[in-house]
Amino acid sequence: MGENVVAIAEFLTAEHRCCDENFAVVEEAAQAGDTARCQREFQQFQAAMEWHFQKEEEELFPTFEQTTGNTMGPTRVMRLEHQQMREALAEMQGALGQGDLDEFLGQSETLLILMQQHNIKEEQILYPMCDRFLASNAAAVIAAMQAVSAHPPA
Amino acid sequence: MIPSAGLSLEQAPPFSVPLRFFLTAPWFLVLAALLMLWQGPGIFASRWLPATLALTHLLTLGFMAQVMLGALMQMLPVVVGVVVPRPRLIAALIHILLTLGTLALALAFLASSPFGFQIAFGLLGVAFGVALLAIHVALWRAPVANGTVIAMRWALLALLVTVSLGLLLAGFFGWGWRVSVVIATDLHAVWGLIGWVVLLVAGVAYQVVPMFQITPPYPPQFVRGFAALVGGGLALWSVCRVEQWSTAMRVTGTVLAVGLAVFAATTGRLLGQRRRKIGDPTLSYWRVSMASLAVTALLWLSSRLIPTWAQAPQTDLLLGILLIFGFAVAVINGMLCKIVPFLAWFHLQAQLLGRARIPNMKHLLPDAAIRRQGWAYLAAFLLLLAAAVDPAIFTYPAALALGVTGAWLGVNLAGVGQIYHRLLQSLPAEAKSA
Ligand SMILES: [Fe+2]
Repeated sequence: MGENVVAIAEFLTAEHRCCDENFAVVEEAAQAGDTARCQREFQQFQAAMEWHFQKEEEELFPTFEQTTGNTMGPTRVMRLEHQQMREALAEMQGALGQGDLDEFLGQSETLLILMQQHNIKEEQILYPMCDRFLASNAAAVIAAMQAVSAHPPA
Repeated sequence: MIPSAGLSLEQAPPFSVPLRFFLTAPWFLVLAALLMLWQGPGIFASRWLPATLALTHLLTLGFMAQVMLGALMQMLPVVVGVVVPRPRLIAALIHILLTLGTLALALAFLASSPFGFQIAFGLLGVAFGVALLAIHVALWRAPVANGTVIAMRWALLALLVTVSLGLLLAGFFGWGWRVSVVIATDLHAVWGLIGWVVLLVAGVAYQVVPMFQITPPYPPQFVRGFAALVGGGLALWSVCRVEQWSTAMRVTGTVLAVGLAVFAATTGRLLGQRRRKIGDPTLSYWRVSMASLAVTALLWLSSRLIPTWAQAPQTDLLLGILLIFGFAVAVINGMLCKIVPFLAWFHLQAQLLGRARIPNMKHLLPDAAIRRQGWAYLAAFLLLLAAAVDPAIFTYPAALALGVTGAWLGVNLAGVGQIYHRLLQSLPAEAKSA
């Protein structure tokens, strides 16, 4: 029980840091003007982000909503922000497809802020709430999130 | 008003709330430059001259407090998860009172006018009263007390002390209240610059440096201890200052200076470990800022060891320039260049909802423009330091550089605001009311 208290926060925060590292690699490739490498790295980054969103949207958020009976609160805002980031990622993909690395870098700057602002809210507010409300259930929720297989966005 | 159509704007206040503060602040740098041009080299003779005090307050209230209060109204909902009540009304009220109050205070110093101090007392008293109340309410409602929230609570406590002492001093000049002016001024300056400004920047840095430069987090022991060390150290130092216990003052002062140096060094080390490899103007501003803070601490420590330095009026002036213009203005300038284009983009995409193409942040404010203005900032900073040592030669060049960097920043930010409004107006009328 004791070790479960920070379990969800720890698990998902580690995923955020992992995505951050991916982001830095993508950005570096774009700055270096290496379109092919940037494309490769971006694909990985976008997939990692999408998979992380799916784990939250398909497992964590529904469990949180059922447990707290609140579907209009923080999880709704988080879902909307995921949608915003998906759109920003799609725009980046478009710019990369046209080989416009300048445009790509301008949009990646925006995505970084969007992403970190979202991460701050989750790490500081939502995940601690999840750990508080789902404490006894945390191991099961994490297992369920690990079992989510990456698939294209709905 | 355009409804925010389900996007995640519930928690973000309207763009006008922070923007009005951000667009006003740079012009106070220009006013400060004009004051220097008018007064000439004499303004650097001592920190106690009326014109020097007017200059200081144009920078601290006009630029620093202006941006910090605007940013807090924007940031609290995002970082802390609480909403400042009636954001538009409160922001407009604070902004107008703070702007007029700062002007009144500067004029009161310059004209030695008791009536001017009475006006400034009223305007600034209400401005900070409302701001402190709104922000305190928000901070104490914060659901999670993390390192940032704790540092900000200490920072607000320090702001409360700073403002109270400032009002007391205004009462002295305005109505002849009985106040020990020298002691109250020292406490006012130290609580303002070390308490409020350093702790607020630290609280922001804990979030912003690791997240946006992609660095490891601040060491948790540091985050836990720093705010309490600075807050407690300041309280002890203040008692010693009032009681004139000079040895105890030296000891607490040394602890504080070492604490600031450790914060600067820790941040510098994290920036050195950043995973983000691309060049970024904000990064340079963080570096200048932390270097200034470290030099402030070193200069203060060495001036305690070298009595001739401790007595020289230049030492206090240099400390002030390093802390105000080097440490605080640098961080604020760097953040403004990110936050204004981002917020413009954020509100545009929420309101246009795909009906028009939205320029990315770097189109709203190009890196090249940020970088050139940054060089002007650096020139102004170095020239100000030189002017503190040799006013006869450097005062006018410093004033010119200060005016250039301030106006340039103002123009850069206003440009973003212009694109924002133009794009919103370009929408067909039915789309706007949708
Ligand atoms: Fe998320």
